[in-house]
Amino acid sequence: MTVEQEIGRPRRRKEDARLLTGRTRWTDNLSRAGMLHVMFLRSPMAHARITRVDVSGARELPGVVAAFSGQDFAAEQGSLPCAWPVSEDIVIPDHPPMAVSEVRYVGEAVACVVATDRYRAADALEAIDVEYDPLPAVLDMTEALMDGSPKVHEAGNRAFHVKIESGDVKAAFRDAPVVIDRTYVQQRLIPSAMEPRAVLADTDGDSFTMWSATQIPHILRVMLAVVTGIPEHKIRVIAPDVGGGFGSKLQVTAEEVLCLLLARKLGRPVKWTESRSEGNLTVHHGRDQIQHIRLAADADGRLRGLQVDLLADMGAYLMLVTPGIPMLGASMFNGIYKMDAYEFGCTGVFTTKMPTDAYRGAGRPEATFAIERVMDELAAELRMDPVEVRRRNWIRHDEFPYTTISGLTYDSGNYEAATDRALALFGYDKLRAEQADRRDRGDPVQLGIGVSTYTEMCGLAPSRMLGEARYAAGGWEHASVRMLPTGKVEVVTGTSPHGQGHVTAWSQIVADALGVPFEDVTVLHGDTAIAHKGMDTYGSRSLAVGAIAVVKACDKVREKARKLAAHLLECSPDDLEFEGGAFQVRGTDQRRTIQELAYASFTAHDVPDGVEARLDSDATFDPENYSFPHGTHLCAAEVDTETGMVRIRSYVAVDDVGTVVNPLIVEGQVHGGIAQGIAQALFEEAVYDAEGNLLTTTMADYLLPSAADLPDFQLDRTESPATSNPLGVKGVGETGTIASTPAVVNAVVDALRPRGIHDIQMPCTPERVWRSLEGERR
Amino acid sequence: MPRITVTVDGIAYEEDVEPRLLLVHLLREKLGKTGTPVGCDTSNCGACTVMLDGASVKSCSVLAVQADGCDVVTIEGLGVNGSMHPMQRAFHEEHALQCGYCTPGMVMAAIDLLRDDPEPSEEAIRQGLEGNLCRCTGYCNIVKAVRRGAQEMGRTVSAP
Amino acid sequence: MIPARFDYVRPGSVAEACQALASDEDAKVLAGGQSLLPLLRLRLAYPSTLVDVGRLPELKGVHDRGDHVFIGAMTTHDEVVRSPVVRDGCPLVALAAATVADRAIRHRGTFGGSLAHADPAGDLPAVVLALDGVLVARSEEGERDIPAADFFVDYLESSLAPGEILAGVKLPKLGAGWGFHYEKFHRTAQAWAIVGVAVALKRSNGAIAEARIGLTNMGPTPVRARAAEAALRGVELGDQVRQACEGAAEGTSPPSDLHAQPDYRRHLAQVLTHRAVRAASGSP
Repeated sequence: MTVEQEIGRPRRRKEDARLLTGRTRWTDNLSRAGMLHVMFLRSPMAHARITRVDVSGARELPGVVAAFSGQDFAAEQGSLPCAWPVSEDIVIPDHPPMAVSEVRYVGEAVACVVATDRYRAADALEAIDVEYDPLPAVLDMTEALMDGSPKVHEAGNRAFHVKIESGDVKAAFRDAPVVIDRTYVQQRLIPSAMEPRAVLADTDGDSFTMWSATQIPHILRVMLAVVTGIPEHKIRVIAPDVGGGFGSKLQVTAEEVLCLLLARKLGRPVKWTESRSEGNLTVHHGRDQIQHIRLAADADGRLRGLQVDLLADMGAYLMLVTPGIPMLGASMFNGIYKMDAYEFGCTGVFTTKMPTDAYRGAGRPEATFAIERVMDELAAELRMDPVEVRRRNWIRHDEFPYTTISGLTYDSGNYEAATDRALALFGYDKLRAEQADRRDRGDPVQLGIGVSTYTEMCGLAPSRMLGEARYAAGGWEHASVRMLPTGKVEVVTGTSPHGQGHVTAWSQIVADALGVPFEDVTVLHGDTAIAHKGMDTYGSRSLAVGAIAVVKACDKVREKARKLAAHLLECSPDDLEFEGGAFQVRGTDQRRTIQELAYASFTAHDVPDGVEARLDSDATFDPENYSFPHGTHLCAAEVDTETGMVRIRSYVAVDDVGTVVNPLIVEGQVHGGIAQGIAQALFEEAVYDAEGNLLTTTMADYLLPSAADLPDFQLDRTESPATSNPLGVKGVGETGTIASTPAVVNAVVDALRPRGIHDIQMPCTPERVWRSLEGERR
Repeated sequence: MPRITVTVDGIAYEEDVEPRLLLVHLLREKLGKTGTPVGCDTSNCGACTVMLDGASVKSCSVLAVQADGCDVVTIEGLGVNGSMHPMQRAFHEEHALQCGYCTPGMVMAAIDLLRDDPEPSEEAIRQGLEGNLCRCTGYCNIVKAVRRGAQEMGRTVSAP
Repeated sequence: MIPARFDYVRPGSVAEACQALASDEDAKVLAGGQSLLPLLRLRLAYPSTLVDVGRLPELKGVHDRGDHVFIGAMTTHDEVVRSPVVRDGCPLVALAAATVADRAIRHRGTFGGSLAHADPAGDLPAVVLALDGVLVARSEEGERDIPAADFFVDYLESSLAPGEILAGVKLPKLGAGWGFHYEKFHRTAQAWAIVGVAVALKRSNGAIAEARIGLTNMGPTPVRARAAEAALRGVELGDQVRQACEGAAEGTSPPSDLHAQPDYRRHLAQVLTHRAVRAASGSP
């Protein structure tokens, strides 16, 4: 019997039917008998001492069950965790879930109300009286580091400083014929997952269950235990349907801790659902770096050395992996290029703003932006084609595996193939001709072409490397595969999908590994009582780490089944070949299907002595290396020089994500990633005013692109399998976001370069483009 | 409290409501129709889009009292006899959803735009969906799905 | 977020509505609610009572009244866009109404609601101003006509008196020889206009006989680009048009906000006026 291979098939998703018909399980959809609703009162001040909180007015209102201030939690609330102390000298300030004596950003919770419904809770918030003694806001990173600057925390505004050096940087820059020196600003972003956060906590008096819109039920469980002192085995965390995360739900939040404590205080289930405007203030933000970049090269464009000096805005506190985000980019500034020397420095800075943390790509988009932007600047300086200058410096496909100047070993890739394919699809030469023509004619609408040849490190992560980087946990992943008596398969994964389609993809992988029909596989996830072990979903790790654990567990199932089959067929295990879901004695028609063996292990009537009567297996996989997807993205942008408006005319992406399990899902990830990267380039920016008030609290002010604001994207792939895992997969969740931002900004700058413009700060709003042009006209 | 009557997905309800109750909260919290989610407070995201007397509205920006006497169709009421609406099927076929949070609103908006333009161009689809935000898909597959859904709906209508 | 508590009345007639408004100075009119509900949800407004006039038949519908079109205040944007009377008699209104927000909001939002809200960033106030529309107000005392130029008083403030509601708008039909365009400039499709330019233009023998230009978001109220209107009179269609539009921002005091500073808005007003004039004149 031949079965069509599942890996590589564009399977439609098993997840869809419920989501399409409204039979969803978002946290906010859930209800428990006697459930109460929580709302938080939030600081309107960026920085202030709290001199008085009076919640008595709220307590008197109808429907209000309780109201608390930070003081009421002070003895039990602990401090929100930071799991990534990136340096010896790092300052990790106390971070109370509810502010007790001082607030350090607008939106920090200062009190809460618990009521019978959310309408009454909202009313009661207005009856709480808080008095503040204002302290100076600290908003600008450079000023924050100056002597005499007001302090966010007693210990000062410098959170940490890290420096890494590889090769002889001085020699690389000494007498270099070309040195490009640039400063780029990675603006602050608001992740904006479509589902706002929500938490429901319940207790039976002794143990606790929390449903949360989280990417990390497993990590959350551990951290809730650590923060609150409730024993870990008394806490169960469930991530039901989760509506997107993009890193924003990779967090242990104040609201999660406080809801747990409220359930304990009140002995009743409590639910909190944030509003969007509350979320814009208090879901951790992303990016926010000032990048000083120096690149030294020879006259022929060959790279000599790269110096990177970052200021990274931590915001007011260090949250789960806040300081680790810029460090995730530390080894990526060199991109796909060979060079002699590299230096990386990063200073983490406290400001009185919402803390930053993971946002799609987390450190790698920032790094990729800097190197891909500065490569274009080098090309311009040398009057070379930007593709050519990259070609002269990238790692050739016959040089893999290649250890880069920053110390990572890229296992596989083919930059030539991806770039050649992208150039052909894009019609590069034709567009260059049109660009020249428009320049000659002085067309008010100029055409720009942007290139981005990126790589990234994902598949987070080899535990040993995480240990070396001072991260508090490992990077392994766990899976169990259970053979049910009727031959169906139940897979339990430690990953926690929130839109990625793990149920479908893992089913395909298991169908191939065990020779069972795709339809016969179910995948369970996101509940610590069901998936007892897991490291959850972020950093494009689920396929490259989590699915490999599934493969390893399937291997064990097969080996157990082989022994049982050999026993039943009275042959040596070595005489059996496994194909199409059955073990067959070589050269005979004697066979047992995996389903028959599952049933035989269930009845256990005839199991060899000393062999456990179960095929079920589990496995923990710890990758030996990161994986390194790469690709070439090309953007053609029209820039209206009269208004400054940028319109993307065409966009081509050729990505190499290794083996593709489900091309539909891969394309979907790339599409969404590109859109988010474009949004950073053109639309999105979290803006604080001079007093530290966030101005972009709603979607009317923080602009997310709709279908009408984006073009179609043309995709293709090359396939260089990863060598670090048996499937050859690399991960795809963040590639689009990493690649597209510099491609777009390079296109905008390329359009305007003849007018003397060599940078436009993101987002490239019409006004910024126009001001750049005005500056040059003057 | 005003008493309203409203038909939701074919079932008539009579409810006493606070004047300030939002239609989406009537659906979700009083009638248990949690298929329609809430994504923002400024009517930008469109996740809560439903049909009100046959035309799309954002149910977070309509008061329940304003829907008195009206007919509401939500994502839960689109299918017939347990089978999906052609637009729902098209979203499945074209992988036009990832996390699925925007999907109910997106499907309703898609069906709505076909009322005016049963065979929309890519441009018309993109413009027609301007009031619905998706953070996962980059919209490429949503556009494809709407085109496919339009074709299938056209076929359904023209079938004998 | 959740609106604060308020009372609700749904009067059976305009007279009843006026009575309800007159008896409570903190009462507010509820039309389609598309501007009001987000304000209520963010608790930026605390009306005591909402007087829901959205269903009053007297306030709905588009009427051809010979020399002008009358649009009932509670006519939705969607109904305005679809109305053959509007399309034939006041095409500029149809063009601009089609750019308001998005389909779902246009199904609920009303023509009169948008005008009474008096948001200078809204698309319709500048259009009604450019067309020299007349707003018809009703109160217990009766009816009065308010020329558009007198209607928009300040940011979010109209000249409707307490107890008065907007019943509808009279828009003159401009007849043959006129061309129209609404040029809206915004960063994303659903964003408010940074600047919008509404143009009605009369051509005669290859020249501009008359131009009426309304500007969106160029001040606390919608404004007419009077200097450009004057400069355009008699100008031949062609290269001189651009120069004539250079005064488009004269006399305006555009706001400074997240999306644009005043000098950029002034610049945009010139560029967009030129584009709108060209489009209205049928130039490519």
